[in-house]
Amino acid sequence: MSTSSVSKGCFVFKPSAKKKKTLSLADHFIHGCEGAENSEKRFKLCQDLWDQIKTDTEVLQDELNRNILDSLLDFTRKCSSTRQHSDWASQMRASEIPTAALVLGVNVPDHDMTFQSLSDLLQQSVTPYVASVQAKECGALKHLIKRVLERLMGTVVTVDDEEEEEAEQTSAQHHKSVHCSLSTLCDWYNTKTKKSNTGTPGKKRSSPVRDGPQQPPVVIIFKDLEAFNPRVLQDFILICSRYIERLPLMFIFGIATSPSTIQHLLPHSVSSLLCIELFQSLSCTQHLATVIDKLILTKQFPFKLNGKVMQVLISIFLYHDFSVRKFIKGIQLALLEHFHSQPLSVLCCKKKEALLNVMQLDHLDLERIRHLLSFKRYVEKQEPREQVDLLTDDTHLKEVCQKLIKDLHKYHKNYYPILRCLHTLTSSLPRYPLGKQIRELHLICLEKNVWESEDYQSAMKLLKMLAKDELIALLQRCAEILQPAKSKKIKSALVQLEDMLTKFKQLDTVAAEPPPTVEDSITSPLKHLQKKTDLAQLQKTLLEMNESRRAKKLSPFEVLRNEALEFIDSLVKSHLSPPESQVLNEVCYYTSSATVRRHLNATPRTSIQAALNSPFYYLQNDRLKTEDGTVSNAAPDICIVYKLHLECGRLINLYDWLEAYATVVSAAEGNDPDSDNFGKVDEVKHARFIRAVSELEFLGFIKSTKQKTDHVARLTWGGC
Amino acid sequence: MAALLQHPGYEEERLQRVAEQLPCREVQAGILLSLMGQPHQYSYPSIFIYGHRASGKSHVMHVLLKELELPHATVSCVECVSVALLFEQVLLSFFGCDAASLLPRSASLSDFVRIYRQQCSQSPAKQTRYIVMEKAELLRDTDANLLPALLRLQELVEDNVTIILLSEIVWDKFRPNTGCFEPLLLHFPDYSKGELHTILSQDRHPSYSDEFYSSYINILLGVFYSVCRDLRELRHLAALNFSKFCEPLEEGKVKETDTHKLWRNIEPHLKKAMQTVYLREVSSVQWEQMQQTEEKENGALRGLSAHTHVELPYYSKFLLIAAYLASYNPARTDKRFFLKHHGKIRKTNFLKKNEKTSNHLLGPKPFPLDRLLAIFYSVVDSRVAPTASIFSQISSLVTLQLLTQVSHDDQLDAPKYKCAVSMDFICAISRTVNFEIVKYLYDFL
Repeated sequence: MSTSSVSKGCFVFKPSAKKKKTLSLADHFIHGCEGAENSEKRFKLCQDLWDQIKTDTEVLQDELNRNILDSLLDFTRKCSSTRQHSDWASQMRASEIPTAALVLGVNVPDHDMTFQSLSDLLQQSVTPYVASVQAKECGALKHLIKRVLERLMGTVVTVDDEEEEEAEQTSAQHHKSVHCSLSTLCDWYNTKTKKSNTGTPGKKRSSPVRDGPQQPPVVIIFKDLEAFNPRVLQDFILICSRYIERLPLMFIFGIATSPSTIQHLLPHSVSSLLCIELFQSLSCTQHLATVIDKLILTKQFPFKLNGKVMQVLISIFLYHDFSVRKFIKGIQLALLEHFHSQPLSVLCCKKKEALLNVMQLDHLDLERIRHLLSFKRYVEKQEPREQVDLLTDDTHLKEVCQKLIKDLHKYHKNYYPILRCLHTLTSSLPRYPLGKQIRELHLICLEKNVWESEDYQSAMKLLKMLAKDELIALLQRCAEILQPAKSKKIKSALVQLEDMLTKFKQLDTVAAEPPPTVEDSITSPLKHLQKKTDLAQLQKTLLEMNESRRAKKLSPFEVLRNEALEFIDSLVKSHLSPPESQVLNEVCYYTSSATVRRHLNATPRTSIQAALNSPFYYLQNDRLKTEDGTVSNAAPDICIVYKLHLECGRLINLYDWLEAYATVVSAAEGNDPDSDNFGKVDEVKHARFIRAVSELEFLGFIKSTKQKTDHVARLTWGGC
Repeated sequence: MAALLQHPGYEEERLQRVAEQLPCREVQAGILLSLMGQPHQYSYPSIFIYGHRASGKSHVMHVLLKELELPHATVSCVECVSVALLFEQVLLSFFGCDAASLLPRSASLSDFVRIYRQQCSQSPAKQTRYIVMEKAELLRDTDANLLPALLRLQELVEDNVTIILLSEIVWDKFRPNTGCFEPLLLHFPDYSKGELHTILSQDRHPSYSDEFYSSYINILLGVFYSVCRDLRELRHLAALNFSKFCEPLEEGKVKETDTHKLWRNIEPHLKKAMQTVYLREVSSVQWEQMQQTEEKENGALRGLSAHTHVELPYYSKFLLIAAYLASYNPARTDKRFFLKHHGKIRKTNFLKKNEKTSNHLLGPKPFPLDRLLAIFYSVVDSRVAPTASIFSQISSLVTLQLLTQVSHDDQLDAPKYKCAVSMDFICAISRTVNFEIVKYLYDFL
């Protein structure tokens, strides 16, 4: 690069944006991908699937938030309209700043989306003047005011992202000269509203508000109230209350914990300036339940997670962060990984497309199919001639694959409705033997044959004790669930179920006559009983009585109930087998839970320790490879020092440590162990040692101590 | 009463109007007027007015200066995030925006004085100029030279200017170490019950008679005067409950004069209001809605403080429990609680002299991160890998203000925390994870 300057000096060259050639996403994907032949196709499939998931979740999110957003919008509208009323009560209240306290739960990262849609909605339908601020950008009052002014005055002017950045810079300079204060905002607001009131046609801010308020409110959203410095917040509110007569301000507080934090943050003198109304949003567990319901438990998406991966994602959610966004990110990661690492994922798409793709598989892919575990199992079950055909004839294999893919899709079609049925039946049982949430049941079904589990047996037992009206209601709901399903099997199941329901209902009319009395059959052993006094005998007879009663006496309802439950049982057995049992399940199911865990739930300490213990993994240097977990002499200094420090107690003598280090390093240099110089500390070794020790200190394995001279202390939670 | 306000420098009519707007503050207004003297006369350089919140300081100044049309600048010190802003506002209101724009970017006091003098020589004061500074206590936090300089601004700029400081704090708390010019002190005493009554009766409802509203205020003061003398709060309460007070009247059950019946009707509501609204737990709009729907459902609305339940992820709960234990147990006793074979150690063995008082009375103590994690790992029932999300949960607990970081943000090495939740809160949390926290607390041994 050259300059036109004559003088010497430093010049800054900003890289021009055009020259930076960024690799496209697809290039990244294809690079280092398993089975590169069809990687582009896979990338496209993956992309389409992800786009669909993304739009679906966004729609879902909007729907979930609709209630609370609507009530918030109503609140703002009401506030702005009461301001213009001149009745006595609202006049008396005019000095209060209307405030909405929006309780959103502790999953703060998820809130961004909610606030985004909230401010969008507000801008669309109530007021163009919306500013949202975050605590981290408002350390001092000055910054808070500046941000508010920038957002309010900037949003109207700029449209593009790039422009906004520039506009921010210029406006920042501009504000410096006028000393950012709320009176500036006030003047600006007055000119704005006057302009729109006179109705200059040049300014078209397509506001759909036809009878909109003359003075749209100025809404300021505090995204994370807890994180704000209380002092800043108090001062800001005090200032705002001075302008409330001229500027129709309104606050929205985003609260993560509980509304009582408002009282912790603001003293009475400040909170009395606010008119706070509370809004409670949906809890995040409910949110997750809906997302799982719409995203996972549906045949709509061909991509599936196996039990372990699901377990990892759900436990990260429940144990760590309550963040639905992270859950969806986890699904995205699994999706990418699946398409990236599994060449056969090219078949993981809609049925028609998958059938087409089967025909386009090349020999290599077909070999891969032959190596699939599920396929091998399938082959073993076939006749010998068919086995040979499958293993040698490519065209035959393709045909079989098409059939198998169809089967897989059918399996999914049946699986989800039946799963829901079983869930409705068991979710209201006492102590929830099969889980309260459908995701728990889903996890059980993914793991193993659900009907073999003890919980299932006990659930069935409990179902057998249900009263008639309860059972009918549950079955009714099952029928409703099966209604929209299209597969043949489900349809026939539905017919059977409805049959049973009508029978149940007919029982009422039939059972009008009293059931045949069984008095005599019961009383006879009772008479018998009175003679006996032995406890064991008594128990035996009672048991017998019970047995005989059950065997003999079954009311028509009981017969029907058992029939219904057996029917359900048969449905479960035929449709809820775990996906591992399905042939070609590897195509759709992502199984590597370890990868997901490693990516989403990083363990910095373990990786540092792994690096120090076995530097080979990170440095890829063959010389460092050792057996039985020892560190080679040639390892980096810090590894040697770390290894040596593990052998010490809580306090480490620095000199001993140095000596040991020097010995090890001398051996690595190939010095003769018998020579005088062996293990002697020279300046270079000394320096290297000191550097390694301070690196360890930086990583948090040791710290200096005053307990003993020339010693350092080991830390219990090293590296955390 | 208006006779109190007399001054040769001002028109009778204006003084009359001032007096009307300042009920129960005639004495103070009179003193102020005599201090200010006639418009062209030099006034005392600085006046310091103090009194409790809502005792009419700003209002009196505002009305006086406005009605008598004196040149003045009113500045709220909260708003002045920098001194430059303060200077700008003063210059702006005295000399117009041209003068204000002369100020350099980060103006200092001498810049201000220079520009003031320059402007002042162009347009010398015919009348005394007044600078009113509200919430003057914040001036103490600014540069040390600002307050002394403002107090003798008259000398510095050689102009007829008077500074009036308004504050809720007495002057003794202001006086700088280095000494300064002593302003004239003027105290605004609290309003008496009678005065409150007079003032509150002024904002009557337009559709009701004076006497009726006055009797309402009487009842209101009878209930609230013993607990609250803040005019602003009382005014808020009056506005809130008036519609309820009028209810029997609108239904035609009672006449306006039947005070006893009206009192019988309103009294329980006022009692109820005393519990909730005084804390502004329920917004005034919600309060009104509640009063309307009250007949149907009884008090379904809960105040802000009633919502204390917080949903937390599983490990966050245990982290919080561990933090609570670390904050309220002495570190020596950790062995006793978290080691399996600790032997039998009685509480008396542990007791040191200063520890006889309950730790819960002393408040939470800071603890290092190591100790928090050590307790966490022994408290949580399953094996937990020390993952990054455990650590990020700690910092998110800090941002949620359930923990507070005691050491400085910059200290990366062994940060210290305190637990900032109450006993009730932690008990509720530990109940959800089936953890008996009381068994692990030293105070309850």
